[in-house]
This record gives sequence, structure tokens and C-alpha cells, in this order.
Amino acid sequence: MKQVLEGSQAVAEAVKLARVDVISAYPITPQTHIVERLSDFGAEGKISAKYLRVESEHSALAALIGAATGGARTFTSTSSQGLALMHELLHWASGARLPIVMAEVNRALAPGWNIWADQTDSLAQRDTGWIQLYCENSQEVLDSTLIAYNLAETVNLPAMIILDAFYLSHTYEPVDVPEQDLVDRFLPSLKPKFQIDQDDPQAFSSLVTPNAYMEMRYNIAQAMDETISQLDSIEGKFHDIFGRRYGAIESVQCEDADIVMVTSGTITSTCRQVIRDLRAQGEKVGLCKIKMFRPFPIDAIRSTLQNANKIAVIDRNFSFGATGIFAQEIRAALCNLPRRPLVFGYVAGLGGRDVTTGIIESIYRCTKDTDVPLSESIWIGLQEVSDGRARS
Amino acid sequence: MEERVPEKEYMYSGHVACPGCGAAVAMKLFLKALGDKTVLIIPACCWSIIAGPYPQSALKVPVLHAAFETGGATASGVRAALDIKGQSDTTVVTWAGDGGTFDIGFQSLSGAAERNDDFIYACYDNEAYMNTGIQRSSSTPYGAWTTTTPGKEWKKMRKKNIVEALAAHRIPYAATLNIAFPEDFVAKVKKAKSKKGTRFLHIYASCPTGWRLPSEQSIKIARMAVQTNIFPLYEVDEGLHYTINYFPKEFPVKEYFRMQGRFKHLSDKDLEEIQKMVDEDWRILLRKAEMFP
Ligand SMILES: Cc1ncc(C[n+]2csc(CCOP(=O)(O)OP(=O)(O)O)c2C)c(N)n1
Ligand SMILES: [Mg+2]
Repeated sequence: MKQVLEGSQAVAEAVKLARVDVISAYPITPQTHIVERLSDFGAEGKISAKYLRVESEHSALAALIGAATGGARTFTSTSSQGLALMHELLHWASGARLPIVMAEVNRALAPGWNIWADQTDSLAQRDTGWIQLYCENSQEVLDSTLIAYNLAETVNLPAMIILDAFYLSHTYEPVDVPEQDLVDRFLPSLKPKFQIDQDDPQAFSSLVTPNAYMEMRYNIAQAMDETISQLDSIEGKFHDIFGRRYGAIESVQCEDADIVMVTSGTITSTCRQVIRDLRAQGEKVGLCKIKMFRPFPIDAIRSTLQNANKIAVIDRNFSFGATGIFAQEIRAALCNLPRRPLVFGYVAGLGGRDVTTGIIESIYRCTKDTDVPLSESIWIGLQEVSDGRARS
Repeated sequence: MEERVPEKEYMYSGHVACPGCGAAVAMKLFLKALGDKTVLIIPACCWSIIAGPYPQSALKVPVLHAAFETGGATASGVRAALDIKGQSDTTVVTWAGDGGTFDIGFQSLSGAAERNDDFIYACYDNEAYMNTGIQRSSSTPYGAWTTTTPGKEWKKMRKKNIVEALAAHRIPYAATLNIAFPEDFVAKVKKAKSKKGTRFLHIYASCPTGWRLPSEQSIKIARMAVQTNIFPLYEVDEGLHYTINYFPKEFPVKEYFRMQGRFKHLSDKDLEEIQKMVDEDWRILLRKAEMFP
């Protein structure tokens, strides 16, 4: 049934449909509407999950590590500072191979306090062994949450679905909310591959010597690799039932494009419009949306980008001392190709600054008009002050 | 104990607190009592916003905004730096909400208190996470609605007794303060300032927005909290010696609860239960004051 939902509410609907057993979360703007909606569902008897209202994000994830080891389907949600505080346990969840699912709302990191959209929080957790799925609209948020459970439980790795602060978390859109029986078909109840069992007492997460640690890490690496093909088959099943699929990446008019713009999250929607306008003017431009960032779908990215002459990556994030993080990963993915396009890295929209069609078009023009990138990262829209230094 | 409220203002008008914000009144009184040579550490809370956005500040003292869970440790660090630079006469203060104190910052506070690091920890208590939109904390009282304890899921756990938890660390001074009792408030801040080591002030700070209360009743509700024994005014010296500063005529709690929208679902029977809890806590407090004067 179609409903008009915020991205946050789409997450909550999906959690309800996934028949989650244990929820554990701590409030932080702009994630609060997710946990509040789930509280309402609990009070109205619409979900029967146990809901742990813990005293920090660190405890939120720690509680789920306990719950998932106990064999429960689990959910948490956070943002920015909260995700950063979880860092130790993010590693723990993947190392322990627990299929925990989290909705993470992209928000800028302090100081100074800033509650607006910025991807650095989740991208800074790229090495923690979590699957990361970046979403563009509320429908994708709902669908990806369901897909994330299926995927996480198939490969036994935790998964994050990621939505931009406010642009997605607080924006109302029509969403097709699927029927429970169809969701049950897509996502049967959890059958843990291991769990606490009195009849078969095992020790979990115990000391591992150099003898075995490396093999365990290799197993995680393999599970991550497998996730790419699993996404394909799980989305196939999702498509059979619901008629929608997204792919690890989406390519829009890249086949004959001289310049391909690379985006993620809600900037993608704005970029779609720019691509339409530029194409109407005869520009040979394409768009590559990256939905799955971990595991990084290198093969798909290579085949989509390799025929273009120039790639323009828009990063709403930054790795200090390096570059925008998507640009960095795309350069790495392309570097072993015999013929490589030039990669232009643009940093835009940090801390919630708007990335408009005008800005995206100027990024396109800049890419077209320069033969080689003038620097590894081009910061868009910095305000100048009299001493010539950028001011924010 | 009572002291006149000093004239000098340390807050600018134009701060961005809601109308009737008890936390704004609390800060005003607090800084007046402390005077110059004060540095504030503010972990995430409503006051992170009230203090104003870059490049402004609503306060006339230095402010260090800090991560939510770090109120205790950040103060320890600032204290160490000021001491080593010969500025031991500056009072270091952590100014935190109940969430930053009772919940996420409790470990950091407990660590600093156990080390008896030399600073004042002031917790202004509005009984929920107000900055993020009224979610429950472990300071939210039994019976309250919040956005994470909605409908029939209203909070069924008692409020954590933070003063007792801190007194159990045997710190030099712990006390309760209330914005409706300014002379008592000022006297306690001055007394805290005169001591060394970790001093803990638990400040009742009404929140019309979060409590569903008309803003002009903010001070009235604060006064009633003391008069009903819901929030007794008392001090604990050295974690042992109890002094009760105000003996109320023991008004029933009912009207206090009936004035606030956050309690509107409670039945008369629920309120009788709550009355019993309040009476019980008061008897324990009397007993302690008697045992360890
Ligand atoms: C690690 C972390 N988690 C969550 C938050 C979001 N957050 C900011 S203030 C706040 C609530 C503060 O509550 P309290 O300490 O009671 O102060 P109040 O807002 O009520 O004044 C929360 C949850 C954060 N900033 N950092
Ligand atoms: Mg509070």
C-alpha cells in the first residue's frame, strides 16, 4: 500500500516488516524519528520486539552483539557521533560474524556541532567489516533495509543502510509499503548459523593466536567478496516479489558518455536532473550511482567507467591528508586498467551545504573545460575572506 | 542557607533557550554565584545550542564544547593544564544535562570523582534528552511520557538517584539546587567554589517544552517540586554528612503531576503509588540526616 513517509519512517516500517526481535538504540539527531516511531509501534502493539533503551551508542551495539549471539534478529540506528562512539563494537560485530542491521543517518562530525548531511561519519567506518548501502530515496530505504537483513543473514556480516540527514531522513515521499505476507516470503525468520546453546556449549570470540587469526580475517574478506554476488541474487528474489531492484551501482547513460559523474545518496537525484538537462543540450554525459560501498563493487565500476574519458566524482565527505573517499576508491579501482579515464575529485556539500543543480552543472563544466585535474580534490563553493583563506 | 544573588550578569540576552527554560535561569544564577575566573565545559545538551552558534557566544566566560560522554574527563584535562600553567585559582566547571550525567557521561564522571579531580560538575536536570526532542533518560521520573516512552509504554522505572551515587564516591561536596530557591542556590554554588576536589551540584531545571507545561509556570513547578518532597534541597559533605536545607509542609504530589502534560495519562491510583515512593525516599533522607549530621 502506498503511504507518504519520511525516510526515517520508511526505516521503521521495514524494521516492523522484518519482524525484528531485539532493538537497541540511543537517540541522536537526525536519527530520532526512527527510534521514536519504533517506540510508538511498541506502545501500539504493532511490534513485539524487545526494545532496549540503553544509555549510550556503545551500549546499544554491545547489547545487540549479545542479542545476536543469543540468536535474535536485531536492529539499531545511529548517526555521526553515535557511530563514532560505536567504533570498537563495529569491528566486534563483523569479527564475530553477526548479521546485525543498522540504519545510519549521515551527519557531520563535531566539532563544531553540526547536525546536517555529510558522509564522513559512515565512510570513516569503511574498514570495520560492515556492508554499506547508500540510499537515494525513501522507497530505496525501505527496500534496502529488508534486503540488508537477507544479505547480512546470508553472508553472516553486519550491514548498514545509510541515508542522508534531513534530505532523506526528514523528507516525505510516497512509498510503497509491502504486505507482510510478501515480506515473510522474501525474508523468512532468522535461522542463526550459530548461537548460544545449552546443549552444545561453545565459547564465542575467545582468544585467537597468530595461528588462526589470519584465516579468520580471510574468511571475513571472502564473505565480503561473496556479498557482491549475493546482492545480485537476493535482489533478484526481491524483484520477483516486489518488482523493484537497485544493483550495487546504477549506470545512467554511461555507454557513450565522455564524462561520467559519480554520486551517492541524495545528490544522485539532483544529478539525474542535471544529466537530463545536459543531454538535451547534446552533452555526452552519464551518471554512475554507487549504492554499495562495502564491499566495493570494483568489477561493475570498472566496466561502467572504463570507456569514458573523464570521471567527475562528487564527495560529500573528506579524508584529511588524502582526498574525497569515493574519489580515492574509484582511482584505486581503475588504476590497473590498461586504459584509464582521468578522475576529477570534487568535494561539495559538507556539513549540510546544499548541492544544487547549478553546482553539479558547474562541476560538469569544470571537468569538461580542464584537460587534467588541477588538484586531486577541488573544493566547491568555498567562501573567500579578505586574507584569501577559506572560511566556513 | 541563603545568599543574596549578585548583580553582575554573565549571560547575554539573545541566547536561544525556549521561553521559560529552567536551564537558562540555572546558568544565570550559577555564573553570578561563581563570578570571574570560571571556565565552562559543556558536553552535548540543550546548552550546546543555547550558548549560541559560531562565531557567537551567549556567555561571558570561556566555554569548551565537548563530546557528549566526556564531561568528567574533559574537566580533568582542563584542570591539569591550568594547574601546570599556574592558574589554579580558575574554577573549572562541567555543565551538563541529565543525559550527559546520569547516562552516557556517567563513566567519565565517576572516573573523575574517584580521582577527586578538582572541578565542579553541575548537572542541570530537565529529566529527559531535550536537545534531541524529549527522549527518556535514566533521570526521567516514574510515570512520565517521553517520545521513547509513549502511550502505555510510559516510564515504569524510577529516576536514578544521582546524588546518592556521587555521594557514594565520597567526594567533598554534593548538593541539590533549585531555580525557584535562588538564595539557597547561590549559597551552595559559593560553598562548592570554596572547596577543593570534585564537587557535584544537581540542579532542578524545569522544561516547559518537554514537560508539556505553560512556560509561565516554570518557576512555580520548580518550587512545587521542593514543597512536595519530589526534589528535596539537601547537601552531603564528604559523602557522609547530610544537611536538609528545607523542610516542607509535605504537600501531596498530585497537583504537581496534574499540572504537566507529560503525566496526563496517570490515574489517581498511579499517583498514590508515586506518593508512596516520594514518602519512602524522604524517610530515607531524614534517616541519613539523623544518622550522619
Ligand atoms: C555520542 C552522542 N550520542 C548522541 C548524541 C545526541 N545528543 C546530543 S544532546 C543529547 C541529549 C542531551 O540530553 P541531556 O544531557 O539531558 O541534556 P538536555 O538536552 O536535556 O539539556 C543527545 C542524545 C551526541 N551528541 N553524541
Ligand atoms: Mg535533559
